[in-house]
Amino acid sequence: MSQGTHPVGHRSAAPGPLVSMLRVRDLTVGFGQPGENPVVSGLSFDIAPGECLALVGESGSGKSVTARSLIGLAGDTAWLEATELAINGNDVLGLTEGEWRRRRGRDVGLVLQDALVSLDPLRPIGREIADSLRLHTTLDRAARRERVQDVLKRVGLPDGRTRVRQRSGELSGGQRQRALIAAAIALDPPLLLVDEPTTALDVTVQAQILELLESLKARGTAILLISHDLAVVGRIADRIAVMSAGRIVEQGRTARLLAAPRQEQTRRMIAAIPVDKPRGTRLTAPPAEASPVVPVVALAAMPAPGEVVLETIGLVKNFRQPDGTVMSAVDGISFQLARGTTLGLVGESGSGKTTTARLLLALSRPDAGEVRVLGRPFSAASERERRRLRPELGAIYQDALSSFDPRLTVGAVLRDAVRGARRQARPWFAGDGPERPDLQVGRTASGDRARVLELLDQVSLPSALLSRRPLSLSGGQRQRVGIARALASDPQILVCDEPVSALDVTVQAQVLDLLDELQRERGLSLLVISHDLGVIQHVSDRVAVMLAGRIVETGPTEQVFGAPVHPYTRSLLAAVPRLA
Amino acid sequence: MTDAAAGAHRPDGARSVGPDRAVPRRALRLSVPALVAARLAGAVFVLWAVATITFFAVRLIPGDPAEAILGGPGSQTSPEALAAVRAQYGLDQPVLVQYLAQLGRLATGDFGRSYALRQDVAPLLVGQLGGTLLLATLALVVAWFFALLLATWSTRGDRLARRIGSGLEIVAAALPHFWLATALIVLFSVWLGWLPPISTSGPAGLVLPVLTLAIPLAGFLGQIMRESLLTALESPFVLSARARGEGERGVRWIHALRHASLPAISLSGWAFGSLISGAVVVETIFARPGLGRTMLNAVTVRDVPVVIGVVMIVAAGYILMTVATDLAQWIADPRLRRR
Repeated sequence: MSQGTHPVGHRSAAPGPLVSMLRVRDLTVGFGQPGENPVVSGLSFDIAPGECLALVGESGSGKSVTARSLIGLAGDTAWLEATELAINGNDVLGLTEGEWRRRRGRDVGLVLQDALVSLDPLRPIGREIADSLRLHTTLDRAARRERVQDVLKRVGLPDGRTRVRQRSGELSGGQRQRALIAAAIALDPPLLLVDEPTTALDVTVQAQILELLESLKARGTAILLISHDLAVVGRIADRIAVMSAGRIVEQGRTARLLAAPRQEQTRRMIAAIPVDKPRGTRLTAPPAEASPVVPVVALAAMPAPGEVVLETIGLVKNFRQPDGTVMSAVDGISFQLARGTTLGLVGESGSGKTTTARLLLALSRPDAGEVRVLGRPFSAASERERRRLRPELGAIYQDALSSFDPRLTVGAVLRDAVRGARRQARPWFAGDGPERPDLQVGRTASGDRARVLELLDQVSLPSALLSRRPLSLSGGQRQRVGIARALASDPQILVCDEPVSALDVTVQAQVLDLLDELQRERGLSLLVISHDLGVIQHVSDRVAVMLAGRIVETGPTEQVFGAPVHPYTRSLLAAVPRLA
Repeated sequence: MTDAAAGAHRPDGARSVGPDRAVPRRALRLSVPALVAARLAGAVFVLWAVATITFFAVRLIPGDPAEAILGGPGSQTSPEALAAVRAQYGLDQPVLVQYLAQLGRLATGDFGRSYALRQDVAPLLVGQLGGTLLLATLALVVAWFFALLLATWSTRGDRLARRIGSGLEIVAAALPHFWLATALIVLFSVWLGWLPPISTSGPAGLVLPVLTLAIPLAGFLGQIMRESLLTALESPFVLSARARGEGERGVRWIHALRHASLPAISLSGWAFGSLISGAVVVETIFARPGLGRTMLNAVTVRDVPVVIGVVMIVAAGYILMTVATDLAQWIADPRLRRR
């Protein structure tokens, strides 16, 4: 902490040589032969003590590679060039592995996302936190134990005596992330690299972690914060550098950059943030037409709401826990989804959202209550009777990748879905119920192919993707294929469980826009489940807030977000990151 | 780099409705007394099933057991002698009665008398058990040692070592015991003259039999360990450890090897069983006394009580090893200890 006494607040874009905790000039990093295939090129920035610089960009823009290069861990196959690279005034260009090792954890710390796997699941967190003390100091065991307690207190994990013996799997998401930060700051490194620290966290926990980073900053730690979400970094970053395709396209003070972005990429990222954008507003630039806001009339022109297409009545689902007690994951949930509208189901981890989705799709059986689809019994019906209704329900999952067979091509995935939908529509298969002659068309291979192309077209994917496998697609493309698959049976209702939470903000914006378009064109009724209030606010006509298996507040979106009644809803809304 | 993986990281509670994430179902989540009771019941069931199957399987061997008792087929025996033997051993009873009598005897620990060796089976097997257990245990230890050595050496980063490592493992895992035993004898006994070609009582006599059993198992375990070691070395917690200044040795010994050993531990119970069946070949080739050779001899002369006895002992060994591996896993993987 020798640099901790440096004046805080000198934050010009090109500071003098001494005030930089981190000084980077023309950093270029690539993999393979030196000079070939740079993934990051010509980066220049400084971070002063007590300052937070946010590096913001989409997936693959080179943010993480940059962070790893700054701690000498870009990998064996990486090459690195720079005219200057200095941490705390010391040149770190061309350090040997041994020299780097002595600096890591002492001069510079790294915090990764997803603490569940970033802390060794087999080791107690006390050991993980004590690691850098063991490696860089001569403190004995007792002294190290004391320091670990101090650090745990600083990151807001009291009861350190019992905590140190716990492992990452025994902690909640927020506690885990705190422990991971504790492990990185045990020796008070003057420079901290933080890679997507809140991506996997609920909003309230995210707010707490950002507060913790803020307190580190106040102590004089220089922070490089990496994120794909401008709204998140806006809270604590002093300056923001926007990365695109390996380069910094724009760099500036947070307030200026968010208020008056100069570059197209920055504008796009700001526009993509769904929070506070009314329903129907496009989050991405429209492909052709000029008007960015679809007139509200269009919304009003939707089929008159009133007819209930999906309904739950007092749904209950209990699980027996390992210690024998019974936990109600879903505890008496009732709601109605009207035709052509979107119902947003919002809640934090463990509130029972996903269990509800499984009950809706009749993937598990409720212990009490009922699900009705198009006014007919669904959960209470036999599977044979349900099959008749299944084509009316499409499902979109959070992790599109794991919902595909990795060996099947996109074409095969969609062909399967098309054939499945056709089979379900056959009278002998489906029993009695509404006939679906529309699904009978195209019994031939060429008919299937035409339908697959039509589906691809509906989700705006090129037909060239048909022969690709899910692993070679980007996250956004995968989710589009997932949507196309859900549309194969031409459903009236789409159940979307965390449809965008695995995606970058900009990709998320595209997928949300797509869902909105599909709803308009096809009169779909959507049930969107998410932990992200911004997403829910943007897409929903009505909102239901879930807490511990119950709906604690429900109503039209403007009402719930504008004048929340339940204290839990208020605390959730207070934690949502917004652009200043 | 991490960005590509970002899709995999989601809020914990926000799992998809779709295919559940691959969370392995962990055993040992029960309370300790319930666990012990379940294990005991399982063990009794397995032993009963083994006794039953062996009892009926042995009856499928063609020929008259009474003839086998009196010296095997082809020996000139009088019908009177055969009848006397049948009555003595209860062979004239209905099958069900014989079966129940057999179960009753086994339940009281009475393994009967060997037809061929004319002595009680239980003390006979106990005498043979030690040698086989020593052989199998040493082979397991040596296999683990080789596998660890090979896995750590071949994951040092350069591609050539990796290729050589995986090649050696595949070759080793594919070696049949009888061939390997012969090759080792030719190399170390005939050409080099370092070690005795048959198993003598001293430690030198153990080297070749142990190596014969250990090398194929080491190849097998090594493959599994190398895979999981590579996965562990690329995991975020190892990156975090490196970012704290942990060196290569620390990363391996403190973090990666522990993760790498978990699947190998769970396979060791099975491996121990396969070592005992491997002992049949190895003990025969090296003329080493033990369960395996006893078993082979007993099958050859249709010595039913000995066959059943050996099978029961091996089954019990399997059960004990499974319990031991569960315990080892319980120690190595603290996640299993959570309630």
